[in-house]
This record gives sequence, structure tokens and C-alpha cells, in this order.
Amino acid sequence: MPERRVWIWTEIGADGVHPLSLELLTPASAMGTAEAVVFSPNGSGSTSVLGDNGASVVHLCEDQVFADYVVEPHVATLVELISSEQPDLILFPSTFPARDVMARLAGTLRVGVIANASAVEYDGDQLVASVGYGADFESRVTLASGPPHLVQVRRKAYTAEASGGSAEVREVPAVSASNGYRVQVVETVQETSEGINLEDASVIVSGGRGLGQPENFRLVEDLAKELNAAVGASRAIVDAGWVPYSYQVGQTGKTVKPSVYVAAGISGAIQHIAGMGNSQHVIAINSDPEAPIFELADLGVVGDALTILPKLTERVRSER
Amino acid sequence: MKIVVCAKFIPDPNLALVVDPDKKRVVRDPSQSILDPGDEFGIEAALQLAEKHGGEVVAVSMGPESADAGIRRAMAMGVERAILITDQSLEGSDALTTAEVLSSVIASEAPDIVVTATESTDAYTGMVPGAMAAMLDMPQLTFVRSIEVDGQTVTAQRDYENGYQTVRAALPVLITVTASVAEPRYPSFKGMMQAKKKPIDTRDLGAVGIDAGSAGEAGAREKVLDLSKVQIEKQTRVVEDDGTGDSVDEIVAYLKHAQAI
Ligand SMILES: Cc1cc2nc3c(=O)[nH]c(=O)nc-3n(C[C@H](O)[C@H](O)[C@H](O)COP(=O)(O)OP(=O)(O)OC[C@H]3O[C@@H](n4cnc5c(N)ncnc54)[C@H](O)[C@@H]3O)c2cc1C
Ligand SMILES: Nc1ncnc2c1ncn2[C@@H]1O[C@H](COP(=O)(O)O)[C@@H](O)[C@H]1O
Repeated sequence: MPERRVWIWTEIGADGVHPLSLELLTPASAMGTAEAVVFSPNGSGSTSVLGDNGASVVHLCEDQVFADYVVEPHVATLVELISSEQPDLILFPSTFPARDVMARLAGTLRVGVIANASAVEYDGDQLVASVGYGADFESRVTLASGPPHLVQVRRKAYTAEASGGSAEVREVPAVSASNGYRVQVVETVQETSEGINLEDASVIVSGGRGLGQPENFRLVEDLAKELNAAVGASRAIVDAGWVPYSYQVGQTGKTVKPSVYVAAGISGAIQHIAGMGNSQHVIAINSDPEAPIFELADLGVVGDALTILPKLTERVRSER
Repeated sequence: MKIVVCAKFIPDPNLALVVDPDKKRVVRDPSQSILDPGDEFGIEAALQLAEKHGGEVVAVSMGPESADAGIRRAMAMGVERAILITDQSLEGSDALTTAEVLSSVIASEAPDIVVTATESTDAYTGMVPGAMAAMLDMPQLTFVRSIEVDGQTVTAQRDYENGYQTVRAALPVLITVTASVAEPRYPSFKGMMQAKKKPIDTRDLGAVGIDAGSAGEAGAREKVLDLSKVQIEKQTRVVEDDGTGDSVDEIVAYLKHAQAI
């Protein structure tokens, strides 16, 4: 029996391969031959790191059309490639553009999908993925359609592992969608938070509506600075315009998995927990002893974040 | 301008999830279900567009018969009419079937704009809108936080990982919105009274043109093998901050234990 062919959808950012795509090579290599699909004008720079992390083939298309976020050309080219190469499984990272491509691809091929998988493997011939449901349940699911099986893997479900291999590069022609490319990107504006990237941070301090007013968010930033931590936020204060969307942690924001997550004035709504529930240690500061965040916290402090945060920052400073 | 907006009826996300271990499924108790709060943002955005440019907002929902309660809420906000696809054999449908059913109904309406939430609050696959866009052969604008229509052109701002983008497409188009797009209005008493008289067109699978064998649990391509409760092993240590500063000691000790200091 030929080896199972497992593709990973590779997103290329300003710094090369998106870390979430690189992580996918670990389960891909465990399940069969790992192959990376790279549609990006500067994709060739990434082939060595892909090889090093387990890809044996890179399907590369460097067409200029892929310079922008454009779902239809990605899907049109991918559909052609799938039909000629017949992969068994395609893994997608939990990034916004990858999700758009995967969803449109599923609708085009009319195959089933598994989203938000925290683990994926084959049991004999059967694909099995674990998917969390709410905060308390986990299901194991499979797909009765395909190939290809389409599975989106949650952030940080796996760790990238350099193995020292190298990949064979195969050029892929870009396919123009029959109806042209209908979405035009007029402008792209970077709005990243200053300091440490949320997704890479090992310590995160997040604030919520319990801080009372926008000026008080500074208390969170001060503590973060002292702890060398990244700064996060609940959606309530993102929507209220206190901080940019790039700070948002949760179901519709970033998924983080730091070693320590400090939540100040955050109630712990299920949609927030969806983004930080896998943190190793959670410290919660909330004035309401019944706040759901306490169910998840390792250390819960019932009290006023506005008085505790400055004291804490002071103490951490003196400890260093 | 005709706008179709998706309205999903979901178990109240503020209540604990109840699971039926035999059916390997979430128990959907209609009396404890509501219109997905995520969809209220799409409804609000659609209503604002229709108010500004003229036109009609139609809600489409696939769900149990009781989902009319969710639709009435959309109507109380201002949606004029609705289509509810309800059929016993739809129970257990996966994202793909849901997209097939909804898009087939949406196609029959030939809208200029389809608005959905980015992801549903109960399933949060985020797969239905993109799959529908493919089936409807519409361009998709996703994670949208503001929408402008000028003649046949839609210009939107969309969030992405590191900021936002301005994107543009010609109608018809499918748009998924985030919670930043508009603050959902609270239905007025008058709105609620009017909602009771607005028409809901209820259709079964036959009317949608999808055969029962390929829908619901039987037709689902995503199959649940088992569903289990996750053991949360967290032992929370709770301290009260009485203003003496002891809690700060505790936090510092914990930060050291976790090697953050
Ligand atoms: C479709 C959908 C997607 C969503 N996605 C996300 C998401 O990605 N991320 C997210 O965060 N939310 C998300 N939400 C919103 C989520 O449901 C909550 O509304 C939100 O997380 C609440 O933010 P919060 O905890 O800051 O505010 P609140 O719920 O208002 O909580 C404030 C907390 O602060 C406490 N407090 C008040 N004063 C003090 C004080 N002085 N000191 C200490 N504590 C104090 C209160 O006791 C309370 O617990 C989503 C919702 C929907 C419907
Ligand atoms: N059964 C349904 N009825 C109406 N709209 C739906 C349904 N399922 C999904 N949607 C729409 O598609 C969005 C994304 O859903 P999902 O892909 O399940 O996360 C939802 O927020 C709704 O706007």
C-alpha cells in the first residue's frame, strides 16, 4: 500500500512560514508522507525550513496573484492540484486566511470537514480527530467523505520538530478562476500590539471590562512590562475600543497557550476561555467570587483589580 | 437591495451544555435556546444597510420548528420575513449539509448580499459561510467590521491577524461579520408586536430539493465516534483580598512557582 499523503496548507507571512503551519508538519509526518502546499510569491525562501521540519515535497506556486489575501485564486489552484495529485488528508492551520480557503474548498469539492481539532491521527484506515465542545466536552470524530479529508488543527496542538530533512520542490501552475478574481484588496493596515507577540508569549497579562475604564488598562500593561509578558484583552473592551482587535483572546480572537495567564477583571465567558483555557497556569483577579473564571484558575484572587495590580507590579519590580 | 441574513437558533450559551451520551449530541432544548448572539450583529448590519439604501432583509434559518422563536427575535429587530427550513431528517446535520440546505434556499432568493456571523456560538466551525459562498458562486468577504455599499460595489474593512484590510467586491457577495460591525438594537415593544404578524415561510427538505438520505445524521460526512466529559483537574486556590496585601504575596509566590519571576 502506498504511503498516505498528508498535505499541510502553508501560510507565508513577513517572517516566512507561519508558525502554525510549521506545527502541522509534526502530525503530518506521523501519519504518512508530509507535503507542504505553498502558494506565495516569496514561497521559495521557505522550502528549506519546511524540509527541515519534515516536509518531503513542497508544492510551490509563486504566482504574483497570491501576494494578497484572495481566497478564490487559492481555492481554484488548490482544486486543480488536488485532482491531479490525490492527497489523502490536508491539514489547515487555525489562521483566518486558511480557514477561509478550507471552507470554500469544502463547499467546492463537497467534502466534509473537521474544524478545531486538537489532535488528529489514523486508527488503521480511519481518520480520528479530537474536537473540544464547549469547555467541558470532547468528541472524537471522523469523516465519511473524501479523500481528501480536510482537517483544521487548533493552534499549538503540536510542536514543530526540526529533523534535518530536505524537501523536493515541485512547481505548480496557478489556475485562474473561471469567473476571475472578484475580491480586491485596497489597503492593508498593520495594527500589531507593541511589545511581545501574544501567541509566542510564555506569560500573558489580560484585562477586561472589570478594569472600569480605558485609562486603567495601563495597570495591565505595567504589570506585563515588569513580567516581560504580552498583553491581552477580552472582547468586551476590544469592542468598546479600549484596545485594538489584535489584543483579543478568545473564540473570535487569538488562541494562546502560555505558561502563565493572568486575567484581571475578566469574567471568564466561554468564548474567552476558548482562547486561553489551555494555559498552563491561570491566575484570576476578580471582585466577584462567583465569576466563572475562578473555575478555571489555579490561583483565584477575589478582590479589586485596580488596587491589586499596582501593588503586584511594585512587588514584582522589587523581586527582580 | 435584497439582503439575506442567517439566523441560527442555538442552546443558550450562558447555560451549561447538556449532552445526550447515546446520541453523542448536544441536547437542544427549545425552551433554553435563543437566537445566536453572534447573528444579531449580522442582522443589525443588514438592517442598517437596508435603512440606508432601501431594500428588504430576509432571515434564513435551518433548525427545529421551535427555531421560530429565534426568528421572531430577528423580526422584532426589524427583519421583514423569514424562511425556516425544518425537517426531522435534518437532525444531526454537519457543516456541509447545513451549507447545502441554506445555500439552496438563499439561491432561490437571489440576494445582493448574504450576511452571516463569522462562526456560530455553539458549533464555531466557521465553515458554513465559506462553503455557502462556493455553492452560491459568490465572492466572500470575511471577518468584516464595517460595510459600505456604493451602487454595485461593496467596500468592507476586515480584521486579520495583524490589523485590518480594506477589501472590495461587486455584488452579489457573501459577508461574514464580527461583533465590531454594529451594536445590535434591542427590540422595541412595537417591534415585538409587529414581529408576531410577519410571515415565516416554513419549508421541509423536499421543498429545498435535497433528499433525506443525504441530510441529517445519515448524510453527515463528519461523524461523531464518541463524546466524553473532559476531566478538569484544576484545583483552584482562592484567596480573598482584604486590602492587607497578603493576596499580593500569594500571587508573587505563585508566579515564582510557575517560574514567571
Ligand atoms: C459569537 C461570540 C464570540 C465571542 N468571542 C469572544 C472572544 O473571542 N473573546 C472574548 O473575550 N469574548 C468573546 N465574546 C464575548 C464574551 O461572551 C464576553 O461577553 C466577554 O468575554 C466579556 O468580557 P469581560 O470578561 O471583559 O467583561 P464582563 O463579562 O463584563 O466581566 C467583567 C468582570 O470584571 C469583574 N470586575 C468588575 N469590577 C472589578 C474590579 N474592580 N476588579 C476586579 N474585577 C472586577 C466582574 O465581576 C466581571 O466578572 C464572544 C461573544 C460571542 C457572542
Ligand atoms: N442552521 C443554521 N441556520 C442559519 N444560519 C446558520 C446555521 N448554521 C450556521 N449558520 C450561519 O453560519 C455562521 C457560521 O456557522 P458555523 O460554520 O457553524 O460556525 C453562523 O453564525 C450563522 O450565521
